Amino acid sequence: MATSMPPRTPLPPLRVPGQPTGGPPPKKRRANESISTWRLTDRIGYFLMWAAGLLVVAIGLGIVGFMAIKGLQYLRPVLLTSHPQADLDQSKSGGFFDPLVGTVLLTVIGIAIATPIAVATAVWIVEYGRPTWLARVIDSGIEIIAGTPDIVLALFGLVLFQQGIFGWMSFRAEDGAVFGRSFLTAGAMMSLIALPMVFAATREGLQAVPAHVREASYGLGKTRAATIRRVLLPSVKSNISTGAALGMGRIAGDTAIVVVLLGASLRLDPEGGIFGILQGTGGTLTSYVYNNSPAGEGNAAQKAYAAAFVLLLIVIGLNFAVDAIARRGARANGIETSRLGGS
Amino acid sequence: MLDRLRQPWTDRRAELTLGALACSVLLVIAFMIAFIAVKAWPSFNANGLSWFSAKGNVDQQLDAMVNSGANPTKADYQLGAWPLIYATLLTTVLSAACALVFSLLASIFIVEFAPERLRRLIVPIVRLLAAVPSVVYGLIGILVIVPFIGGSLISPGRKESVQYVIQLSGTSLIVAVVVLTVMITPIMIAMTVDGLHSIPRSWKEGAVALGVNRWRAMWTVTVRAARPAIMAGVVLATARAIGEAIMISMVAGSKGFAPNPADGITFLFEPLRTMAATIVEDSESINAPAMQASLYAMALLLLAGGFVLSIGSWLAKQPLKKYGVRS
Repeated sequence: MATSMPPRTPLPPLRVPGQPTGGPPPKKRRANESISTWRLTDRIGYFLMWAAGLLVVAIGLGIVGFMAIKGLQYLRPVLLTSHPQADLDQSKSGGFFDPLVGTVLLTVIGIAIATPIAVATAVWIVEYGRPTWLARVIDSGIEIIAGTPDIVLALFGLVLFQQGIFGWMSFRAEDGAVFGRSFLTAGAMMSLIALPMVFAATREGLQAVPAHVREASYGLGKTRAATIRRVLLPSVKSNISTGAALGMGRIAGDTAIVVVLLGASLRLDPEGGIFGILQGTGGTLTSYVYNNSPAGEGNAAQKAYAAAFVLLLIVIGLNFAVDAIARRGARANGIETSRLGGS
Repeated sequence: MLDRLRQPWTDRRAELTLGALACSVLLVIAFMIAFIAVKAWPSFNANGLSWFSAKGNVDQQLDAMVNSGANPTKADYQLGAWPLIYATLLTTVLSAACALVFSLLASIFIVEFAPERLRRLIVPIVRLLAAVPSVVYGLIGILVIVPFIGGSLISPGRKESVQYVIQLSGTSLIVAVVVLTVMITPIMIAMTVDGLHSIPRSWKEGAVALGVNRWRAMWTVTVRAARPAIMAGVVLATARAIGEAIMISMVAGSKGFAPNPADGITFLFEPLRTMAATIVEDSESINAPAMQASLYAMALLLLAGGFVLSIGSWLAKQPLKKYGVRS
């Protein structure tokens, strides 16, 4: 449809060399070289486009710069290693060691649940994918999960994990009611946030593996299962890592599930060893920032800035990891990866 | 069928295992819809269609639910959620519209006009903006933009003009829309840039060869051909915006108030609270059954919205397949 579009601007009159044209002799220049010959509307559009591009740069650098200044201003090494205290005075409210541990714990749990399921789903869809309708339904199912707001996932997790059979994941009140809020339950819901990203990255990698690689493996007498395990999965390893790093960034940055499903408390539950911590409530850096902002109860802007800066560093670090993994994977496979995809 | 049975048993087993794991995704969705719908039912049942209407102060209704105890009567479920629905629609539509214009211009810049060195800077920045957690956006919003708006942009006269209806403190619709726009623009840019890249270069070169300038060729040929990708980006970003809870609850004032466009400019400075923000803020009192049902009803609405938008993005992407664009 677009190819048949006639040009809107009238063509300039054809000049034939040597023929008298009247007026000054034609200047030698490439057509459309200077925007001063453009129509006004085009020039306005061109200007707005530059403005938009520069605004993106300004916003990005502004956010990072502002957070870096405020973060370095208020961040002290002792904040990273001291426990938070409930105190209105900012000099007495302690650091954010517990939220930091909470972020790491939750991210690890979430990605540990998400990766096997996402990789299995991607492998099944690309390598088997029969019956076709089921593959298509599962494909759209993952898209639906990706489009579900995190707050809805949090409420779903709350009602799901308050069922009796999941009692072991959190703790029970004396009357037998299951509390439903813990690192395990929140991590399980967080896995749904990371799952679509790991899935998309793995599927893209598998689809980029040329068919002759599989055929060579079958030709050597390997079964499909052995081909997947020995040939395909090693060759999409970097894609899986990319997706996992992206997913970890999303988990570390999510707040709604932490507030609803982890309790967003200041400290970890100290009882019962490592499994007791996993069964207990806690908080992460995101909930710490939320609670210490003017919107929360703490209202300690300095602590919020410092924690937000650490959080931003973690997320940016994960994104750099994505780049590094993708570059190494591209070198290993000789496949060009897109630079702005992966959303 | 026989053919498949003749496969080695390990293969069959692998297929079944992987297929079962893949189906678990569907199981999760089915459970999600079922559980949330069951929990939401009492609220819809008690209110009927008037759940969607405006009746009285929604904040008072929610407060009454918290105090209604463990065995609420039907009157305790009383809720007219229109201010919250209206706030959700308002923030989502406004920010999606702003982000569409902004991201389209920025994408054209990235794809076609940016000098190479600037392009190398802008692409990581877009990815960074997409990765910044919403709570950080909220923090910047409430500590930087809100004081600025409340202190400098809202004149005392404007505050007095509506002081018997609502307090203007700076936490407002405009801050929510601005920050939300910044949050969803990177998503749109990513989709739009992919779409613009996928249009064959020769189409635009043909237009340029016919004497159209570069901007017009881009605008009338490439952008027009990439409309499905742009639409898919808008839908994806809208899905993100509709469920944004934390940032909105921080910067939008969290009052169950419906900003009135008839107020002129003041409209932009009025506080509001979306459904997602309501869920986050009232999740502490979720053990009160009436409150629980109301919050799950809102979640069901958001889930339905996400569902519709997922289908919408799938439909929008269909025409792209013919250019060989995946995902």
